Amino acid sequence: MDTQQYESDARPVLEGSDIARVLTRIAHEIVERAKGADDVVLLGIPTRGVFLAQRLAAKLEEITDRKVPVGSLDITMYRDDLRMHPPRALARTDIPGDGIDGRLVVLVDDVLFSGRTIRAALDALNDIGRPRAVQLAVLVDRGHRELPIRADYVGKNLPTSLRETVKVLLAEEDGRDTVLLGAKRTSSGAQQ
Amino acid sequence: MQRHLISAADLTRDDAVHLLDTAEEMARVADRPIKKLPTLRGRTVVNLFFEDSTRTRISFEAAEKRLSADVINFTAKGSSVSKGESLKDTAQTLEAMGVDAVVIRHGASGAPYRLATSGWIDAVVINAGDGTHQHPTQALLDAFTMRRRLVGRDAGLGRDLAGKRITLVGDILHSRVARSNVDLLHTLGAEVTLVAPPTLLPVGIESWPCEVAYDLDSTLPKSDAVMMLRVQRERMNAAFFPTEREYSRRYGLNGDRMAKMPEHAIVMHPGPMVRGMEITAEVADSDRCTAIEQVTNGVSIRMAVLYLLLGGNEPAVSHTRIEEK
Repeated sequence: MDTQQYESDARPVLEGSDIARVLTRIAHEIVERAKGADDVVLLGIPTRGVFLAQRLAAKLEEITDRKVPVGSLDITMYRDDLRMHPPRALARTDIPGDGIDGRLVVLVDDVLFSGRTIRAALDALNDIGRPRAVQLAVLVDRGHRELPIRADYVGKNLPTSLRETVKVLLAEEDGRDTVLLGAKRTSSGAQQ
Repeated sequence: MQRHLISAADLTRDDAVHLLDTAEEMARVADRPIKKLPTLRGRTVVNLFFEDSTRTRISFEAAEKRLSADVINFTAKGSSVSKGESLKDTAQTLEAMGVDAVVIRHGASGAPYRLATSGWIDAVVINAGDGTHQHPTQALLDAFTMRRRLVGRDAGLGRDLAGKRITLVGDILHSRVARSNVDLLHTLGAEVTLVAPPTLLPVGIESWPCEVAYDLDSTLPKSDAVMMLRVQRERMNAAFFPTEREYSRRYGLNGDRMAKMPEHAIVMHPGPMVRGMEITAEVADSDRCTAIEQVTNGVSIRMAVLYLLLGGNEPAVSHTRIEEK
């Protein structure tokens, strides 16, 4: 009920076709910057970052004709706000078989906001291996950074106020593809 | 989930499945080159062992260290306890040191419950075995091992043990492992059968949520897992069976008996195994015996328990409040 209310009040800023288009563009940018995608490993941050990483991998395969390893990186146990909330359920960490040592790891997330999730992801990567380089791809950059972190590939820059929330819905999880911009609810859940 | 882990009976089905799922993720950490998470950095955990137990203590210690907690080991031998200090005084000393969690092993049934409810200490209390009462993390690691082997590592996520038939054999009377397992396995939907000589069954067993049998051979063909319990001679103050040989003949698991079990069925043992009495070397060393796997899984389960009880804000917040007053 609450979610439905939010979704009917919120304004879509990216539709399904836009999302497909920006992911294609990001895939091309990755190939261009990495000069091919020979050593690229995509790691999605659960939940929706994982689906975006899988979509990007499919697009990279179309472009380069070679399979790009894709995995997921749960950052829950590396969060710096663990003690401010009840313990969170853990999501899946799945590192592709060949590992990440010496590879170009592209972290994939849906929304870039404070930057704390990405900081935690960098810590988590540290414990898993030593990539050649780490880059960041996000569907939406909504600003308000609290740490010196910047995305390498951005689907859409979305200037927001702190009173607003950005919600990404993806077909794999939510049944449809869209990015919604809405007013912040007083109850928890809308904001990450 | 409750604030402490005192008894396997306190866990709801959802709590237990959540714990098993969390342990599955923790198990992945063990496969990494760096087996360490920063999750409990800055938290202090005391392993308070009034009774000898190397196995459980190092398992907890490994779990605590993998989660980056500061670990203090306290063994009763050579400590103030041998000079006559009471549990209350020990608890208050730990409280004064700002301990966040106490993992307690005690010879007296109910000691962890007392520690958790008496108001002596504000820390999270985790029962690591009390007398003949409970050993909840052992039950959880057994259930975890069963789910992995009988349902599947990935297929098991989110699932319980509904319909699985588990047989526990041996010294039920002195076994906190048996008590904890019966409680947890019942919560997880498994059918439990206890097999033991009548002298090694506790009074009031009729009220336990399980079946009781005296004949091992007829139970084996319909078991998905057979858990052999150690005969706890150190707790025995009377003759509970005529001779070891007699016990071994009726209740010991050997190769011939193992052959009667369904092909997928596993043999479990909480350790330490007394080879030749409750289990033969042939069975203990076979692929179907999960004793070593259970040790590995114990670390994952204890990491999950520590994370879920200590990883969030609840205990820490109550500490802050006390300091602010």
